[in-house]
Amino acid sequence: MEFPDRLKYTQHDEWIAIDGDVVTLGITAFAQDALGEIVHVELPEVGAAFAAGAAVCEVESVKAVAEVYTPVGGEIIAVNADLDGSEDTVNADPYGGGWLVKLRCADLGPAAALMDAAAYRAKIA
Amino acid sequence: MELRRTPLYDEHVALGGRIVPFAGWELPVQYSGLIPEHTKVRTALGLFDVSHMGELRVRGAGAVAAVNKLVTNDVASLVDGQAQYNGLTNERGGLVDDVVVYRIAADDVLVCVNAANRDKDRAWFEAHLDTSDCSLVDEGDAWAQIAFQGPLAERALAPITDVAVGGLANYRFGLGSVAGVAGCIVARTGYTGEDGFEVFCPAEHAVAVWRALLTAGAEAGAVPCGLGARDTLRLEARYNLYGHELSDETSPWQAGLAWITKLDKAGGFVGQDALRARRGNEATRLVGVRIEGKRIPRDGMRVFANSVDVGFVTSGTLAPTLGYPVALAYVHRDHAAAGASLVVDVRGKEAPGVVVNGPFYKRSHSA
Repeated sequence: MEFPDRLKYTQHDEWIAIDGDVVTLGITAFAQDALGEIVHVELPEVGAAFAAGAAVCEVESVKAVAEVYTPVGGEIIAVNADLDGSEDTVNADPYGGGWLVKLRCADLGPAAALMDAAAYRAKIA
Repeated sequence: MELRRTPLYDEHVALGGRIVPFAGWELPVQYSGLIPEHTKVRTALGLFDVSHMGELRVRGAGAVAAVNKLVTNDVASLVDGQAQYNGLTNERGGLVDDVVVYRIAADDVLVCVNAANRDKDRAWFEAHLDTSDCSLVDEGDAWAQIAFQGPLAERALAPITDVAVGGLANYRFGLGSVAGVAGCIVARTGYTGEDGFEVFCPAEHAVAVWRALLTAGAEAGAVPCGLGARDTLRLEARYNLYGHELSDETSPWQAGLAWITKLDKAGGFVGQDALRARRGNEATRLVGVRIEGKRIPRDGMRVFANSVDVGFVTSGTLAPTLGYPVALAYVHRDHAAAGASLVVDVRGKEAPGVVVNGPFYKRSHSA
């Protein structure tokens, strides 16, 4: 399984990419594999605000559903509408086309506590 | 409780099956993936290890009559080599289990029971079966069971069995050998809504039969399938699953099983009087709901009609063949007619749907 070095990882098997004050959020290869084929993604409204640690969306497979938590607080500035009808992109390309939401974050402080790829690999091993 | 393994456990691991606990057993939930396995059964062929199912054997001159007194359908109407779906009811008319009764001979009946109910059913039979003219043996560990399901099942199975599978009608079975293993039962039954067979074989030969079936199915593209696909297939076909749609309190009337409940059969059966009294007097019944949108109802979620709580979901899934979610739910009978609008509360969000009669999926080709 692939865990890119450019990303940071959470205890709940999310990843984030930080670009200035914009954070892109998705689920890891490990998470999508555990869930199985994703068939539904329940995305939030653009403009909605979430505190650090809040559930922002749901990713659902035929057999199970997982809530996706944001490790940093912020306002949703984009959701991945391309997943509608192509939910399995989350399985096939979890760090690329399978991204879920983008948030604008005033405080990136909580991101400092997240794992790098090596630490995340060790956690799921 | 210690989890049990079927004789095919090592095969599942070797084939890459993802093992999970189910009804006290360690079984594969999937191999390659739930949706491809599901699709393979609908279009070609899949194999399932269902050895966790239990088998109770009743033998003796009184076997048919004794079993008939425990179940809702009319076992006396069967001929040799015929199987029949049945409710096993308690004195209150609730379902102890749903079972399949196989008449091997006039003095030899096999009852296939759900894995989760093996101990309960054996105890029930021991307490209630009239053994004055027959005897009961729990053969659950003696048999392995492999479901061979899909439109190409007959073509793949015929060359490796001496049972005349081409001539087997639905719910008929034959005794014979499969892959050279004698003492097998080959039944045209299943839990997928597709044509296919269930092969009972002696547990000690399970690996040989499993491998032979995989090989025989190779040309058809057969794949091993897990519990995940088994559940989505049965839901599309609208088959009940004990512990979800059925319980010790549920009557066959509520569960849509009036068609297997013969109140007037000769000799009567346990629960008959209670069922007579319950008929038409029950507030809730099981319905199938076709969901609009993509939210998937799950077991236990509440169901509303005009914002009033009218019931709860017992099973729900995305139906892979159909492309939309479906659910089974117990709702108040005022909202149980086909066309009724219902809304499932999916973690605080609405999943609207409509009540539909009959299976969600019905195969076009027949056995």
